[in-house]
Amino acid sequence: MSILTERIRSANASGRKAVIPYLPAGFPDRERFWAEVSALDAGGADVIEIGVPFSDPVADGPVVEAASLECLEHGVTLEWILAELGRRKGAFRAGIVLMGYYNPFLQYGLERLGRDCAAAGVGGLIVPDLPLEESGPLRAALAGTGTECICLVGLNTPPERLAEYARVARGFVYFVSVLGTTGVRESLPEEVLAKLAQVRPAFSVPVALGFGISRPAQVAPFGDLIDAAVVGSALIKRLREGGDGAGFMKDWREGASLG
Amino acid sequence: MQKGYFGQFGGMFVPELLMPPLLEIEEAMNTIVPSEAFQAEFKALLEDYVGRPSALYRCPNLSKRLGFNLWLKREDLNHTGAHKINNALGQGLLCRHMGKQVLLAETGAGMHGVATATAAAMLGLECVVYMGAEDVSRQSHNVKRMGLLGARIVPIESGTRTLKDAINAALRMWIAEQRTTHYCFGTAAGPHPFPTLVREFQSVIGREAKEQMLRKAGKLPDYVVACVGGGSNAIGAFHEFVPHGEVQLIGVEAAGTGEPGCHHSAPLNLGTPGVLHGAMSMLLQTKDGQIEPSHSIAPGLDYPGVGPEHAGLQASGRARYATVNDSQAYNAFRTLCREEGIIPALESSHAVAWALENVRSIPKKSDVLVCLSGRGDKDMGIIEEFEKNLKG
Repeated sequence: MSILTERIRSANASGRKAVIPYLPAGFPDRERFWAEVSALDAGGADVIEIGVPFSDPVADGPVVEAASLECLEHGVTLEWILAELGRRKGAFRAGIVLMGYYNPFLQYGLERLGRDCAAAGVGGLIVPDLPLEESGPLRAALAGTGTECICLVGLNTPPERLAEYARVARGFVYFVSVLGTTGVRESLPEEVLAKLAQVRPAFSVPVALGFGISRPAQVAPFGDLIDAAVVGSALIKRLREGGDGAGFMKDWREGASLG
Repeated sequence: MQKGYFGQFGGMFVPELLMPPLLEIEEAMNTIVPSEAFQAEFKALLEDYVGRPSALYRCPNLSKRLGFNLWLKREDLNHTGAHKINNALGQGLLCRHMGKQVLLAETGAGMHGVATATAAAMLGLECVVYMGAEDVSRQSHNVKRMGLLGARIVPIESGTRTLKDAINAALRMWIAEQRTTHYCFGTAAGPHPFPTLVREFQSVIGREAKEQMLRKAGKLPDYVVACVGGGSNAIGAFHEFVPHGEVQLIGVEAAGTGEPGCHHSAPLNLGTPGVLHGAMSMLLQTKDGQIEPSHSIAPGLDYPGVGPEHAGLQASGRARYATVNDSQAYNAFRTLCREEGIIPALESSHAVAWALENVRSIPKKSDVLVCLSGRGDKDMGIIEEFEKNLKG
């Protein structure tokens, strides 16, 4: 079983939804970033999503975009992220996934990427601009490395595409909660519930809900239709306002109980 | 071959949320566009509204001086002043056929924005135009035109504040508004099916030019030359001639100031393969895959990528891509103004410049067909500034 599936199922078994915080690599700065990742891990994050900054992030809202561009100014590269993760391999209880746009992965070299992700203990890659049709080369490069290619689906993914994604889904499936970009929203559209009722039975891997989520209360209505929640912009905002990863995880762990 | 590819270039590298609307457009492209009803409506609009066929003009003064026949395909004479209207009307019609109410566009030089705003006004659609803040100030004349036509202009402050950032923002908006909105992509780049769809609407340029050349010169041209930013006027001019191997296809990219290490807009000459804005193509990028800023004196060429079909034509050797710098483009601009009484867009001036700069290597009496993609009224501010710097 993928380490990502295992971490999420283990959280569910203890009566709560898994929590997947997202933070762009090198935010708020290169040193503090790793301290915050450690704090998120120590605070009980089940999977940690590390953003690989890209100059042209089309699926991101303003909060994540601004943070990513700052990280690029701090000199963050995929090479640096993988090297630093490699040095810390085994240090985190949480599963680690990298979320980034395709071009930096492609330029790194897909074969090399598969090798280095495995060496650095990366459990999965989320590539928001790589739909099923284009994902063959990356899947081939990751095959057998222990790093999974995570599928994203959304409100407008028709049933036949859900079935195609279900055939290749490993680790977990990332359900994008809104027709829009990342970023905190006051409420999620009601149609999310109806769509999740289609998504849930289509996949054998856990379902993680992401985009627009800032508070545990937002995920409560989804009951057992989801297994995990991804939270990004809210964490970035919290760090900008002087908060930290430990406090963030405390709130989420307390609020994310199943039921 | 995989869908939407030209050799190794093309594809659909977009968020899953954009796949359904792209597949919907692909379906419409394959069913609605070829239908007799659509083609009749489109053809009538091109004739009666755009003013097609556009003239094919043999420059008498320059041809005499250069020793070869310089022919201009006069897209600058189209309604709104550029080739962009062909595509905007085609996609506007398609938008209406698909039952959507809003035309969304991005624009660099402003010409695609003006064309889309025009098509939207005429077809009774709403129009939203995303434009980099830098371009808003460089092209204030076109911003005013779009406003008059009823479009809502959204200036984009992120990134380099130019076309690539306007495209990022437009793609984001489209994710959210896809149920009511058609993204009228402005050039033959982006994810499949846009490169093919835009080429389909722009290939009227080459079809007309071929027929006009046969009628006026009695033969096909020896060269077809067009500027390449995203590459829609070029692919429109080239497409009809691709099967005619004896016709040399020359795309002209912007070399910026031409100084070593300067910013430029020449990904086919100086870029590497990569993925941006939904397609695998040639890109200006760092070794880490971050997109590098581009530059050209012509705002419409100021883009770090290029349409994937051009990358495919380059890889196969069917088309050749040259570069022209800002000064050479300016000189061609002045030459065409003074010697033929035509004020070309700075984008098109790059294509004219290639012909002027290669006078020694072009055999005498050749027929050189240059796509004059647009008129230069919009560029007066840039020209003024450039001349001030020349004098200073």
